[in-house]
Amino acid sequence: MNVIAATPSVRRPIRPPQVPASQFPYNPGSLLSAGDLTLEGVSRILTRATELDKMDPLVRDRILLKRRIALLFYESSTRTRTSFELAAKALGADTTLVSNLSSSIEKGETLKDTGLTLRALGAEAIILRHNSSGAPWLLEEAARLPVLNAGDGMHEHPTQALLDLRTILAHLRPGVTEVGADTLAGVTVTVVGDILHSRVARSNMFLLPRLGAEVILCGPTQLLPDSAAGAGPGISVERDFESAMRRSQVVMMLRIQAERLAGLQLDLEQYKAAYQLNGQRLAAHAPEAIVMHPGPIIRGLELTAGVADGAQSAILEQVTNGVVIRMAVVERALTASAGAGGSL
Amino acid sequence: MTSLLIRNGHLIDPGAGIDGPRDLLLKEGRVAEIAGPGKLKSSNGAQVLDAAGLTVAPGLIDIHVHLREPGQGYKETIATGTAAAAAGGFTSVAAMPNTTPVNDTPEITRWMQSPDRGACVRVYPIAAATRGSNGEALTDFASLKSAGAVAVTDDGRPILKDSIMRETLAAAARVGLSVIQHAEDTRLTQGGSMNAGPVAFKLGLRGMPTEAESGLVERDIRLVTELRDARVHLHVAHTSTAGAIAAVRQARRNGLRVTCEVAPHHFLLTEEHVGLYSTNAKMNPPLRSAADRDAMIEAILDGVVDAIATDHAPHATHEKEVEFEHAPNGITGLETALGLCLRWLHREWKLPLGRVLSLLSAQPAALLGLKGRGTLAVGSFGDVVVFDPKAEWTYSAKETRSRSHNTPFDGWTMQGKVRWTVSEGKIAYAAG
Repeated sequence: MNVIAATPSVRRPIRPPQVPASQFPYNPGSLLSAGDLTLEGVSRILTRATELDKMDPLVRDRILLKRRIALLFYESSTRTRTSFELAAKALGADTTLVSNLSSSIEKGETLKDTGLTLRALGAEAIILRHNSSGAPWLLEEAARLPVLNAGDGMHEHPTQALLDLRTILAHLRPGVTEVGADTLAGVTVTVVGDILHSRVARSNMFLLPRLGAEVILCGPTQLLPDSAAGAGPGISVERDFESAMRRSQVVMMLRIQAERLAGLQLDLEQYKAAYQLNGQRLAAHAPEAIVMHPGPIIRGLELTAGVADGAQSAILEQVTNGVVIRMAVVERALTASAGAGGSL
Repeated sequence: MTSLLIRNGHLIDPGAGIDGPRDLLLKEGRVAEIAGPGKLKSSNGAQVLDAAGLTVAPGLIDIHVHLREPGQGYKETIATGTAAAAAGGFTSVAAMPNTTPVNDTPEITRWMQSPDRGACVRVYPIAAATRGSNGEALTDFASLKSAGAVAVTDDGRPILKDSIMRETLAAAARVGLSVIQHAEDTRLTQGGSMNAGPVAFKLGLRGMPTEAESGLVERDIRLVTELRDARVHLHVAHTSTAGAIAAVRQARRNGLRVTCEVAPHHFLLTEEHVGLYSTNAKMNPPLRSAADRDAMIEAILDGVVDAIATDHAPHATHEKEVEFEHAPNGITGLETALGLCLRWLHREWKLPLGRVLSLLSAQPAALLGLKGRGTLAVGSFGDVVVFDPKAEWTYSAKETRSRSHNTPFDGWTMQGKVRWTVSEGKIAYAAG
């Protein structure tokens, strides 16, 4: 009998060509995916964020004094852009913003050329927000600078996952900054809504299960394909919001990304009936849970104003945590050497 | 014209059932004589190739290539594409019509075959099935055929409408042409840039479901069944899904003239090879799941697949160095097909050498009715590949003869090194 496993349709064992190992990240300071970080790397960022938070601002702003960081934004952004900019400036770095609407990108310059130009201008790291999934990998390979992924298409937003983790730890594991494989054992995080188009959902689902958390993805099929459950360990799909809520210590709401629906038909009234987080639902099914949202929130759609402003809401804490997490990530970008918490 | 004597080689001609030591004499571009070793005298002025230790086989035939001319010479020209073909052991290639403009006229079909193009192997144009490949109005199949077209297709796009596909199959059958379908229900693949499934979900890329391929193949087979005309020949291009293979298998059992080809990347690679957005792993149809890939191997081994075809699709480096979703589809394939087929189909999966060569010569020739090709029978074209079947080597994309470098097989180990490629009696490639 064959001892080598083969798909049932194949008569003989097939040994296919191997998938080559990834060359990424080229630079140990890059943060392209939440999955690139080891748990030691995550711990280092969390610990450093707390240290930088407590540090005298006049001492802190010498850390990256006059170092040059470019913010390259192909999409509009309030929180992420401001947060990265404040973080870099808090460490003393010079920042420059290049946006697709006021640059040569409008004239057809490619991402590769924009990256090479920024490098030639003296940028030492690039913080990239881009509407295409995978763009940070293209940029890192082309520019060979540390690249911080500030959101790529429908793919990832790793600093959001880190600031979400800091927020979750503050509530459920106060004082903990050193994380391990069981730090979040027993914690269930439900991510609700437009999972398909959400980079926040992906970065969280690639990070939180590695700390022992269960991640439940919740939403209608148009916004959450069944295949999502196969995205990794610790991830499951649940269509019934209230059932997911009852098992959760954290409920993370997402915005419907109208700009990415690409012709998808969605009945918003039906959506609200099934998935809106309102005060009544929260009180009935998850009265102890913390409510999170990466923003921008659309009051009255995915959650009600009462919940957004309510006692269980951690939405503004997330924003605040974003600045210190990004300080740690920006510092790492310019100071990391091989082996310092990356996958290298 | 001079003559060429290939001596001391091991001749394999699956079409003629020859597999043994033979000398081969080519004269006036044709096969003149085959005899046991040392039996043929080199006539005056005959060039002699010593093929000791080498395999001598019919020149390979790729029925699915994009030579990019007219109109996209920065990606490839007929001269550079056929030079890559010759380096890969190919002596005939069938060129797809999605050029600029689309090859939908006898004039373009003839232009592609003009000696001015500088082809070093035979180019068989495949003409557009509909004007501009827009899927609306049929082209003039009879005049395209007399201009040299060997099949019709809208490759790059499907012939989507039932009525147009039915008309295409019927009209092509009347003039004796095959219809090659790019089976993709584009209503299901819009915005997609890789195979639909968990990998696409993880990468945040929109997916192209397997049903988009298998569904259209099933529709086409239904149309062939309804036409009840034995002359109708449907050929499924670049088959990539288990569902499409199953449909072809069933159609054959039902006695229909339905054939299919598989590209090396679809029997070797999976969606996992997209890695972190490697645009050299982006093509259409996309790399599929391991189960689909295994179904391609299975179908090749058990004979459902009629031909290996590369879908050689050159693109300039700057076109591929962009965001994954914006990169054009396609990879080059002419120089790597034989090396990959011998390394994997033959050595790893134990498909006999004669059958591998048949999938790359006799069968594609029969499929498109290319007379005098794919065999070394006396009187046929003097198209020969001479290669060292045991030699291992590493493919280097930057040394390609193609104008483009977009291949996922850069740095891969190949088996079987081409020593000479002879096209109609003339040496089209000689290893340096």
